[in-house]
Amino acid sequence: MIDALGEPQAVLVLGGTSEIALATVRRLPRSRLRRIVLAGRPSERLDAAVAALSAEGFSGVVQVPFEATDTDGHGMLIDSVFDGGDIDLVLLAFGILGDQDVSEADPSLAVTVATINYTAMLSTGLHAARRLRLQGHGSLVVLSSVAGDRARRANFVYGSTKSGLDAFAQGLSDALHGSGVHVLVVRAGFVIGRMTEGRDPAPMAVTPEDVADVIVASLRRGRGTVYAPAQLRYVMSAVKLLPRPVFRKLRM
Amino acid sequence: MPSSPASPLAPRAGETLLTGWGRTAPSTATVERVTSVADVQEAVAKATSRGLLARGLGRSYGDAAQSGGATVLDLAALAQIDLDREAGTVTVGAGVSLDALLKVIVPQGFFVPVTPGTRMVTVGGAIAADVHGKNHHVEGTFGSHVSALTLIDGRGVEHRLGPEQEPEAFWATVGGMGLTGVMTEATFDLIPISSSLVSVDTDRTADLDDLMSRMLTGDDAYRYSVAWVDSAHPSGRGVLTRGDHATADALPPKLRSEPLAYHPKVMATVPDIMPSGLVNPLTMRAFNEAWFRKAPKHRLAELQQIATFFHPLDVLQDWNRGYGPAGFLQYQFSIPDDAGHLVAATLDRLRRIGAFSPVTVLKRFGAANPAPLSFPQPGWTLAIDVPAAVPGLASTLDGLDELVLAAGGRLYLAKDSRMSPEMMAASYPRLSEWRRARDELDPDGVFTSDLARRLQL
Repeated sequence: MIDALGEPQAVLVLGGTSEIALATVRRLPRSRLRRIVLAGRPSERLDAAVAALSAEGFSGVVQVPFEATDTDGHGMLIDSVFDGGDIDLVLLAFGILGDQDVSEADPSLAVTVATINYTAMLSTGLHAARRLRLQGHGSLVVLSSVAGDRARRANFVYGSTKSGLDAFAQGLSDALHGSGVHVLVVRAGFVIGRMTEGRDPAPMAVTPEDVADVIVASLRRGRGTVYAPAQLRYVMSAVKLLPRPVFRKLRM
Repeated sequence: MPSSPASPLAPRAGETLLTGWGRTAPSTATVERVTSVADVQEAVAKATSRGLLARGLGRSYGDAAQSGGATVLDLAALAQIDLDREAGTVTVGAGVSLDALLKVIVPQGFFVPVTPGTRMVTVGGAIAADVHGKNHHVEGTFGSHVSALTLIDGRGVEHRLGPEQEPEAFWATVGGMGLTGVMTEATFDLIPISSSLVSVDTDRTADLDDLMSRMLTGDDAYRYSVAWVDSAHPSGRGVLTRGDHATADALPPKLRSEPLAYHPKVMATVPDIMPSGLVNPLTMRAFNEAWFRKAPKHRLAELQQIATFFHPLDVLQDWNRGYGPAGFLQYQFSIPDDAGHLVAATLDRLRRIGAFSPVTVLKRFGAANPAPLSFPQPGWTLAIDVPAAVPGLASTLDGLDELVLAAGGRLYLAKDSRMSPEMMAASYPRLSEWRRARDELDPDGVFTSDLARRLQL
């Protein structure tokens, strides 16, 4: 149960090695935190995440195997986590960038990007929403992206998956309005980290820690949709208004 | 045509977002109105794994009367009031509010044995929280005056409980926060009165030491005693009000014709549009200053209405909205006499983070009763309201918890909305004894609340 001062007791991260999710866990008020479930593909990286949080003094850190593409298994996985006790906060934090050029040459990669970024998010999001709804309280954080605001030539496969995800999350948020379950959609800009390694940071690039700060502050204020950094809201409003020929020429 | 499955996301009938009086940490539950013991038994039989909980008027500050995903029973229809004038007792439905009860019994020459600072609580809630009032130092808690109650347990079995009938179950229910079952009826003693007025002595005190020493030496001479403390002033100055029911022959002639007249009034309702931040150091300094100055330095035997003396905040309906959408909490501890210095330390630490309070109440507690989870113990109790949004509040209160625990004190479950399960277990040493009695009454864990989940009761 979350308390009157916003201190959560239990957190579930889907995408347990996500830098943004782990930074968020580290920034949550932690004096009441007693259960942290990191769901992810079994790997050294996931082991390391569990070990690192435990070493930092977090108690009750466990991992559960989670395969985003195994959508049939999502329901059972999420049920088993919630059966172990109420979850105050669910972070939907998995996703892949995919290489746009490879996707164009081999559409099966595009399908994988879509399966993970959209289909699996939708599946886990609905399962998590069902259980949060059943317990009558809790927050669901969906990691979206500004790439979904307007698809760009350079990464429209990824952009389209985030666009779909964002639309899904907006609808889910409306469906849960007034139910005691809060949905927070986070549209991150260019995040410097593992996922963008080797790419030149875009203007207004942020770190996973910056995004985590936005998430924690927005959860406290009960916000619905936020940008990270916040100023991107105005930039993207302008970008969305650009006439298409102009937008095309920007070569973003 | 086969019907499509109902969406697990769609709103359900009776579903309501519930919070406590502090308006923090809401959760939804399905609220069901019951009108009989049979209704309660039916609700127990069809309870889901999310459980069942009775809710009164929702005046506990935290999460005691809410239970996410559960069925929450509204017992307002259990409203019968049977006064036994000969015996000086009353038998009421658990949904009866003290407000409704007083309107019936005061004109007939009786008063409730114990009243908290608001009359907007139900009898079921008063017993479940084992509430105390200004007379605790001489007359104990509400639960101490209950001679019998009816409880539906986790198997739907109806029990008749009392201090002599199934005493373990009875005392686990008194102060048991509704977790042993659903109370449907209770019988308790009343105080005979010959007038509806209270004779009140008021003293303004220069500082906290002055206040506390006057209470230590003088409270025993009074049936009712309570002190308001200026939380914004470093001296801890306050106003001490003490008294007893006035006898009819002590009334001035013009009041003697109708000595038991009782017409409590609600003067205003606070609208649900107040911004957060209205309760801030600036406004609180001004409010506390005015409240202190309004009190007489020393006045004896002033006749006050019951509502003025016992329920001053009830004149402002929904006053909790004044704290805005961020809500507030009340920190209330009881500590033994030798830890009296914690009163000053608490006021001091909260003042330092800017957590000023308009309602700061200091009181003496008398003997404890046999209930394992009953809050009062001999010594002092301090209650202080704080806006939830004050920065640094969580760690400041955790620090105070440690002091309270080390001093052998504890926090009041009807007010708590943030202590840790560890603090709970350590400060209520008889928790395991209570759990055994609870498990007897509710072996399948039907009754639960957000408070029970948060504190792992």
